[in-house]
Amino acid sequence: MIAEIGLAALWLAAALAVLQLLGGVLALRGGTTSDIAALTRPAAILQGGLVAVSFGALLYVFAITDLSVKLVAMNSHTLKPLIFKLSGAWGNHEGSMLLWVTVMALAGALIAGIERRLPERTMQATLAAQGFVALGFYAFLLLSSNPFERLAQPAVEGLGLNPLLQDIGLALHPPTLYFGYVGLSVAFSFAVGALVTKQVTPAFARAMRPWILGAWVFLTLGITAGSYWAYYELGWGGYWFWDPVENASLMPWLAATALLHSASVLASRDALRVWTIMLGVVAFSMSMLGTFLVRSGILTSVHAFAVDPERGSFILFLLALYIGGALLLFALRAGAISEGERFSVASREGALVVNNVMLSAILAVVLLGTLYPLLTEAFDVRVSVGPPYFNPVGAVFTFPMLAVMAVGPLLRWRRDGFGRQTKELALIGALLLSGLILFALLFGMAILPLLGLSMAIALAVASFLPLKGRKLRRVPIETWGMVIAHFGIAVALFGMASESAFSTEKLAALEEGGTTQVGPWSVQLQAVEPVAGPNWTALSGRMTVAYDGGEPSEITPQSRNFWAPPQQTTESVLVTRWNGQLYAVMGGDSNDGRWQLRLWWKPFVTFIWYGGLLIALGGVLALVGRVRKDLKRRFVKRRGAERRTEMEELA
Amino acid sequence: MSWRLWLPLMVFFGFLGLAAYQLTQPRDEAIKSAMVGKELPYFTLPPASLERPGVDSRYFYDGKPKLLNIWASWCLPCIAEAPQLEQLKEQGAEIVGVAIRDKPTDVMRFLSQHGNPYTRIGRDDLSEVQLGIGSSGVPETFVIDGEGIITYQHIGDIRPEHVPVLLEELRKAGR
Repeated sequence: MIAEIGLAALWLAAALAVLQLLGGVLALRGGTTSDIAALTRPAAILQGGLVAVSFGALLYVFAITDLSVKLVAMNSHTLKPLIFKLSGAWGNHEGSMLLWVTVMALAGALIAGIERRLPERTMQATLAAQGFVALGFYAFLLLSSNPFERLAQPAVEGLGLNPLLQDIGLALHPPTLYFGYVGLSVAFSFAVGALVTKQVTPAFARAMRPWILGAWVFLTLGITAGSYWAYYELGWGGYWFWDPVENASLMPWLAATALLHSASVLASRDALRVWTIMLGVVAFSMSMLGTFLVRSGILTSVHAFAVDPERGSFILFLLALYIGGALLLFALRAGAISEGERFSVASREGALVVNNVMLSAILAVVLLGTLYPLLTEAFDVRVSVGPPYFNPVGAVFTFPMLAVMAVGPLLRWRRDGFGRQTKELALIGALLLSGLILFALLFGMAILPLLGLSMAIALAVASFLPLKGRKLRRVPIETWGMVIAHFGIAVALFGMASESAFSTEKLAALEEGGTTQVGPWSVQLQAVEPVAGPNWTALSGRMTVAYDGGEPSEITPQSRNFWAPPQQTTESVLVTRWNGQLYAVMGGDSNDGRWQLRLWWKPFVTFIWYGGLLIALGGVLALVGRVRKDLKRRFVKRRGAERRTEMEELA
Repeated sequence: MSWRLWLPLMVFFGFLGLAAYQLTQPRDEAIKSAMVGKELPYFTLPPASLERPGVDSRYFYDGKPKLLNIWASWCLPCIAEAPQLEQLKEQGAEIVGVAIRDKPTDVMRFLSQHGNPYTRIGRDDLSEVQLGIGSSGVPETFVIDGEGIITYQHIGDIRPEHVPVLLEELRKAGR
């Protein structure tokens, strides 16, 4: 019953999306006062409620493990803890697509409900675009991936969830990315709306900006969490593998970062109009492209889930429709949008343009590397593109970008010389140079970590320079946001460079009681014991570890065997200190009474994720600052209007 | 109108064409066992039910080719392939089962509901045999010739169209 309610709500929502699309289109043709045009906003709002009901129904059938629903039988299990039953609702193709449309419909409801700053025609075009995008995803769900499908005969027991996915971090990771993707879909709808009515104005950028910021925060968190998950759960000791699916999450982030900065220029300076529109389209294309690459199984990846060429064709069709349509509209209309305010090279805008170009170049590098196997396979050559390509080629653009990032926020809008900031520039340059010399002499490391460490230190200092000479209490929140986000980049960069420069790895075979050394740590294997969990059995290695002859502590990494479905995983153990992490993985026995251990000492590796969190925090602060300003502006406007009516009444 | 504005669309079309071409290409996603063509590893499994004896690898050396079916009572596709196994049995194939991470009560309930085509069923609680012969999931079916050599691997449930294929493989293994 509940499942059928969910399905019915989904169909109704799809019907409302049609109404929203029609209403928007008719409003554009017949003027915004027609009856149908008045329905556009209510249709979007009601749709949000219906889809929420549908998603609630899915959560419910997973919570009670209703094994007559195919999706539950395939992906859940009565023995699973409740939290993982619930997260199982979106740990699969159908459920995750439903989560996607849920977030999308709620976002549509929100803009329909509160966004009143833009000209009504642009809003109608935006909502029509939003309805059109949503409609495609409804069709996808209802026609080829119905999450509420019943089994003819209820299953006796569910098939479980991939044990690797029974992890709280991973339960939250996909929704986080979806919030990001959907935020970009809203930015896309705004861009299409503005393109249709050719009203690319600062007001448009201000309306779009909170959505980009929100999406960007979620993408940052999603990538940070995903990277940490891969780091501790896979047990390979790395935090980024340039895997197609990881790239699929990185590309929208790069595009969103560029979009964020160019929308800022548009909002405060009315420049970069066409560029902002283009990035709005590109950012959402990258989200859809990512979804396509992951779901179609067209590229081989460690993440492959729900691989199905038929679904792949459907997503490719949607991709062609939306992105092809938007790019066609862009080709036809962008020529008619005037270029906007001009600025000189040495200005805040100039620095932001350089940054945008660099970000786009990095995006192109990642995109090319990700799609290259697709291209060569057409000629029957199987290749795999990895770090040897991505790291150096990406770095060619990353380091100039970081250099500009250090200097850009110090410049004024419109026109500036570098003369005004000589002291600051000299400081940044001196830090960079002394870092290079110092690290090269002391440690003699490879070029990329060397550049990374020095740049991180220079950038960390530079990111606070915009605050110089200002009263800290009066600095707007959004400026703090920028400072903290830029500082976060420096912190993450420091972690990455340090990890690659100073990590030590040890593969050891120990008897019970044996001792080994990795970096400053001594590790003693006490005993290997069998343990059993609710749906797994494991070999657990009890070890005592001591940092630099200090107080020893006990850790127990495990090698787990799950049943339903049978799968072996490693539960690595991390010992975190302020200056790095010890990473221990339990291997099998080596047939001579000894046990294999893999150990790493990774100095400052945690800074990578602290940096990610700081970047996200910066985004949150900027979002809060912007929204507060908008609300204030709205309040002032309303007060003004009230005053005027009062005055008129008095007169 | 500037030609440059059309550039993104052109690039996008290039990608679309490539992706569409790749999607239509047939691809073999199944991972074949490296054990095909090799001899079975040595194993002894206790019985998984009260009705049938357990399985010993030496049993596959009696000169008669057999099917080795990896399954489990908790596995949905295993229910789907039950009629096909029944059919194979009727056509003279001997089927030896290995139940993965299963309980005897569940196994017997499954067999009473969906039929019992097996002559022997071994109980593989740690997936040792399954991993040993290079099977990565349930159900999978292997053809073993009379000398303990794995000659063929079928991944996934057996559908009606696979029955003649498996019979043919059994015949080939018997020569």
